[in-house]
Amino acid sequence: MALFEAVHLHKRFGSRVVLEDVSLAFEAGKVSGIMGPNGAGKTTTFNILTGRFAPDRGAIRFEGRDIAGRPPHAIARMGIARSFQLMTLFDESVVVENVMLALPAFRAAQTRVATDVFADKALMDEAREVLALVGLGHRAFQKAKDLSYGERRALEIGVALAADPKILFLDEPTSGLGAEATRSLAALVRRLRERFTIVMIEHDMRFLFELADEISVIHWGQVIAHGTPSELMANKWVRRSALAEVA
Amino acid sequence: MISLSDVPARPGAVITPQIVLFAAVLLTAPFWLPMVGLYQYIGVEVAIWILYALGFNLLFGYAGLHSFGHGAYFGVGAYAFGLFQQEVAVSLWGGLLAAIAAACIAGMVVGAFLSHRRGIYYALMTIAFGQMFWFTAIKAHGVTGGEDGLLGIPRPPADFGIVSFDLSDNTSLFYFVVAVLLVVTIGLWRLVHSPFGRVLQALRQSETRAAFVGIHVWAVKWAVFALSAAIAGLAGGLFSMAQQSAYPDVMSLHQSGFIVMMTLIGGGLVSFWGPVLGVALYFVARDVLGSLTETWLLWYGLMFMIVVMLRPEGLAGAIHLLSERLRAPRARAAGQPAE
Repeated sequence: MALFEAVHLHKRFGSRVVLEDVSLAFEAGKVSGIMGPNGAGKTTTFNILTGRFAPDRGAIRFEGRDIAGRPPHAIARMGIARSFQLMTLFDESVVVENVMLALPAFRAAQTRVATDVFADKALMDEAREVLALVGLGHRAFQKAKDLSYGERRALEIGVALAADPKILFLDEPTSGLGAEATRSLAALVRRLRERFTIVMIEHDMRFLFELADEISVIHWGQVIAHGTPSELMANKWVRRSALAEVA
Repeated sequence: MISLSDVPARPGAVITPQIVLFAAVLLTAPFWLPMVGLYQYIGVEVAIWILYALGFNLLFGYAGLHSFGHGAYFGVGAYAFGLFQQEVAVSLWGGLLAAIAAACIAGMVVGAFLSHRRGIYYALMTIAFGQMFWFTAIKAHGVTGGEDGLLGIPRPPADFGIVSFDLSDNTSLFYFVVAVLLVVTIGLWRLVHSPFGRVLQALRQSETRAAFVGIHVWAVKWAVFALSAAIAGLAGGLFSMAQQSAYPDVMSLHQSGFIVMMTLIGGGLVSFWGPVLGVALYFVARDVLGSLTETWLLWYGLMFMIVVMLRPEGLAGAIHLLSERLRAPRARAAGQPAE
């Protein structure tokens, strides 16, 4: 059975149907990709899978438990982490604090009122390890808002990683990145796939086809194709929607 | 520029140079207040309002939750202290506990309604609840004494078992209030750098991200509102003791507005110490400008506008900038970067 499974999801906003009978399954230890044109419902799917919205119908199962409709913090605590396409960081706070706030060890300590987080060596060390992993070790005490665009993208992933997630959802991690930064991000994802189960939405087809084990294509709120990158290359629907140009 | 979320200069320090300076200024106040032409009672009022403002800024500045009806909890504390003396027993500790508990419970109830809201809706609801408390205080004659308020509230002695201090004169009351204030200040300083305090600041910056890293946003918003209300209640209890009466005016919308203005002018959005400066400035303006002209509030209001337009970071931000400029030439001379 898949680690994470969405079955027959339906969602409408007012009279607009945004998801219609979407079923997805993500296997443990794999990199799964979601692609599709703008407005196809990819980010809405992510928002439903990670608890921002409840689906109108359908089930979402994580490790066999139905989590549909649970609040985001409860879902996050189960080990489901995500990054945002529109960067959502704690801008006034320093980089190491951004990561620290997401650590499970920090969560366990969050009702403590008498210890100074910056004097807590265990928390600091753990946060610094995550920063080293995403290549921001040298920026630990810069404010998040003072980082470059590419560094902020890396921090987005760092904050999600800090939760030591069982499954990691990345919403368009390459969005706005130049060629150089995209290459180093690909290297990062290759390192992460050793340890994490990853699901990512991606517009950059070359990036996605290179990294993903399997890909689902969403269009008009439906899954129109699913398969390994090479299977999709052969799919006429995918070809028709001009996605095959990367090949 | 400084911000509330800066890493403290000495992580983990319980007592910082600022706290020592703050304590020194307060503890010597009875000696220098008459020398600068002020009187002892203003010290009591300033210390009480600093206590109120520091607790208020935990909510307003740190968590970014804009309450415009906080006078309600200050007032609930004042009435609770007075009613405890008149209906239960003449006891300082009992009265203060009643003040804290009553305001905290009021905060917990109101907070339960507020904590699903954000931004302008949050602010409007705090006003609505504040008005309800104010109106109830005026109309519930039997309990609160209506517009006249509760009169003749005693100042019970501070009884520590073996020793007991009489608090009936203003100087001894001042020292008692300062002792309470210093304990709360050190506690709040610890709190804002603790995991809980950093979570508050995370909420101010992004409730969305906070929720997705596993923070129970509603519960944290509710807890900080109740805590801030409890501190306001403690200040209110001390205030009714200082005034020897409790009356509805402190719960009115314009009094709730003053605490917001004090916090903003002082720089509560960028510094822990902002509210302290703001409260001191307000009372000096009230007494010094007030002795010169009846229209002092007009001048205070103009001052507020000038601060908001030129230095939205308030006095604390201006002082920080000044100290940076003073330090910069020296740092350059020593061949170091200015920061």
